[in-house]
Amino acid sequence: MTATLLPTSDADPFGPEVLEDPLPFHADLRDAGPVVHLSRYDVYAMGRYEHVHAALRDWQGFQSGAGVGLSNFRTEPPWRPPSLLLESDPPRHDAPRRVLAGILAPRELRRLRERWSAVADELVDALLAAGDEFDAVPKLAEAFPLRVFPDAVGIPDEGRENLLPYGDFLFNAFGPHNDLVAAAAHRAPELGAWVNAQCARDVLAPDGFGARIWAAADRGEITAEQAPLVVRSLLSAGVDTTVQALATVLHAFATHPEHWRRLRAEPQLARVAFDEAIRWGSPVQTFFRTATTDVRVGDAVIPDGKKILMFLASANHDPRRWTDPEAFDLSRDPSGHLGFGFGIHQCVGQHVARLEAECLLDALARRVATIEIAGPTRRHHNNTMRAWGSLPMRVG
Amino acid sequence: MTAADATRAGDALRVTAKDVAADGVVVLTLAHPGGARLADWTPGAHIDLHLPDGTTRQYSLCGDRFDARTYRVGVLREPAGRGGSAYVHDVLAVGDVVGVGGPRNNFPLVPSERYLFVAGGIGITPLLPMVRQADLLGADWTLVYGGRRRGSMAFLDELESHGDRVHVLPEDRHGRLDLPRWLGEPREGVAVYCCGPGPLLDAVESACAGWPEHALRTERFVAREQGAPVRDRPFDVVLARTGATVSVGPDRTVLDAVRDAGVDVLSSCRQGTCGTCETEVLEGTPDHRDSLLRDDERAAGDCMFLCVSRSCSDRLVLDL
Repeated sequence: MTATLLPTSDADPFGPEVLEDPLPFHADLRDAGPVVHLSRYDVYAMGRYEHVHAALRDWQGFQSGAGVGLSNFRTEPPWRPPSLLLESDPPRHDAPRRVLAGILAPRELRRLRERWSAVADELVDALLAAGDEFDAVPKLAEAFPLRVFPDAVGIPDEGRENLLPYGDFLFNAFGPHNDLVAAAAHRAPELGAWVNAQCARDVLAPDGFGARIWAAADRGEITAEQAPLVVRSLLSAGVDTTVQALATVLHAFATHPEHWRRLRAEPQLARVAFDEAIRWGSPVQTFFRTATTDVRVGDAVIPDGKKILMFLASANHDPRRWTDPEAFDLSRDPSGHLGFGFGIHQCVGQHVARLEAECLLDALARRVATIEIAGPTRRHHNNTMRAWGSLPMRVG
Repeated sequence: MTAADATRAGDALRVTAKDVAADGVVVLTLAHPGGARLADWTPGAHIDLHLPDGTTRQYSLCGDRFDARTYRVGVLREPAGRGGSAYVHDVLAVGDVVGVGGPRNNFPLVPSERYLFVAGGIGITPLLPMVRQADLLGADWTLVYGGRRRGSMAFLDELESHGDRVHVLPEDRHGRLDLPRWLGEPREGVAVYCCGPGPLLDAVESACAGWPEHALRTERFVAREQGAPVRDRPFDVVLARTGATVSVGPDRTVLDAVRDAGVDVLSSCRQGTCGTCETEVLEGTPDHRDSLLRDDERAAGDCMFLCVSRSCSDRLVLDL
C-alpha cells in the first residue's frame, strides 16, 4: 500500500554525478514529497527541512542503534564495534554522551583558545612567507586541525597521518559498498587497529580530552570498557569533518569577496560565517536512521526496520525554510541548520570545530585583504561528506 | 541536544492531569498546549515549575522518558515550605498553564552492573525512572523505599510489578531504614543512589564512608548546611564582557549584584541546588556554597553558582 502512495526514484545518491554536485538531486527529492522511496537501495529518503528536523529529534521512532549507515545492524554485523555515541540509543547512549558533552563544553574549551590562536598565527605566517598562492585544502583546512586536535585529544605524534584516511574510510562506509569503499577496504583493518591503539589509557597524554574520558571512567560515570570507545569517537568524528568544514568556509570566502571584506571589518562574524558555511556547504551530507515501528511521515508510512536516509544538506537548502538558500550570506541567521545534525545525536564536538574555525579565520583575516580561487578546484568524493580535494587560492 | 531544542524557562505547559498519589502527594501530568514534543530528559532530571504566584520550584521528572509528549512530577505538600507546594496542591488545576524550565540533570544514572536505590518519602521521584532504566538495561538492582506510613508513600502500585527487588518499609511498621543491613560491606561494582530528606542523605553518606570513592550518588533538594563564608569583607566582581566592576558586600548575593549591574542572569532555586545560574569564572577563587559540584569541580574553580557562592579572593572575573 505504501509503495503506491510514495514517489519513487531510481537515482543513486552515492553515484559520482550526485557526489560531484548533489544540489539538483536534492531539489528533485524535496519537490517529489516528504518521503521518497529510493528503489536502488530500498531506503526511504527525506529531503525537506521540516521532516528531516522532526526525524532527527524523534529518537524513539528513528533509531541510531541499528547503524547510521546503509548497513542495518539488525540483520548485518557492523564492520567495527558500534560507536557508543553515534550508533546507540537511549538509555545506553546517555552516559557516554553526557561525559563527552562535559569534556567538550565551551567552558572547558576556553583553556585551548590562546594556544590554538598562536598555532593559527604561526601556521598562517609560515604559509604567507612561502608565497601568495597555495592549495587551501592541505595547507590550511588539513594542516590546522591536524596540528591542534590530536594534541588536544592527547595522542602521540607517530601515526597521525592515519587519521585522515581512517576518517575518509569511516564516512565512506556509511554508504553502500561501492567503488569508494572497495578502493580503501584493504587498509581498513590496519587503520582501525591504529586508531584503537590510540585509545588506551597509557597511550594518551595526561591532560587531553582522552585522559579526561578515562578520568570519567575512574569516577564511574562510564565504564572502563566504554572509555576507549568514547576516545575512538573523538578520533573518528573530529578530524575529517572539521577539515571539510574549514575547506567549505574558505571556499565560501574565496568565492564571496564582499563577505571576506565584511569579516575583516567585523571579526566577530567568524562564528556566524562558520555556521553559515556549514549550512551552505553541509560537509556532512547524510545520515541514516532505522524505523523502530511503522512510522508515519506526512501521508506515508515507513515500515518497521526500514532504513531512512536523511539529507541534512537538502534540508539546509530547503526554500520552505530558508530565504534564498543557495546564497552564502553573513547577514543570515543560520541558527537551526542541520549540518551538525539535531536532537540527542547532534554533533557533540561542534564547539571544538567552531573554536578551530574562529582561530583560523581570525589569523587569516588579520593578515590577508583578499582571497580568490587561483585555479581549477577539485571535489573529493565520499559517500557521506561533501568534500574538497583541492582549492588553489591566491591571497593579497 | 542544544539549548535551542530544549524547553526553556518561561515555556508554558498545560496541566493535563492532577492525581492524588498518596497522602500529601499529588502527581501532575504536563503537556504542551499545542501537543508539541517536549525536550528530552534522562532519569534523575528535574524541571522548574514557575508557578503563577511567582514562586519557582524544582521537581524530578518521574514519568516515562520514551513518551515525548508528557512530563510527570510528584509534589509533596510541605507544610513548612515557602508556599510552592501548597499552591500546587490547593490552587493549581487541570487546564492551568504553568511556566516550565529545564529539564536539567544533576543526578545522572551512571552505568553499573548493580544498583542500590535508597528512597525516603518523595525522594522516590527521581529514582522511579532510574529503576525502570536499570531494569531495561538488565542490571541487578534493589530499591529500598522508606516513608512515614504506607499511605504516605507514592507509586507503590507501579513498583509492585518489580516483585522482590523492591522493599517498601514504612517507618510506623519497620522503624527507620536499617542502612548498615541494606548497604552491607563496602564493595566494588555497586552504584548507590539516594534521594530523600536531609537526615536520610546524611545517614547514607556516613554509612558509605568506607565505600569506594564515587560509589554513592545523592541529590539534595534542600541546600547542604554550609559553614560561614570564607570572607566577610566586600569583594569585587568584574564582568569580563562589559568591563564593569561591582562590589559585593556581605549582605548581598553575587547574583543580585550582577543583576543590578544590568546583566540578566537566569536563576531559579536561589539556594545552590538547581544549577540554573552557573557562570564561568575567568579569574579569582570562588567560595563554593552550592550543593551541586563534585570535589574535583570545586577544586578547578572555573565556575560558580551566583545565587549562593561567594569569593575567597578580593576579585572575581566572571564571563558575563
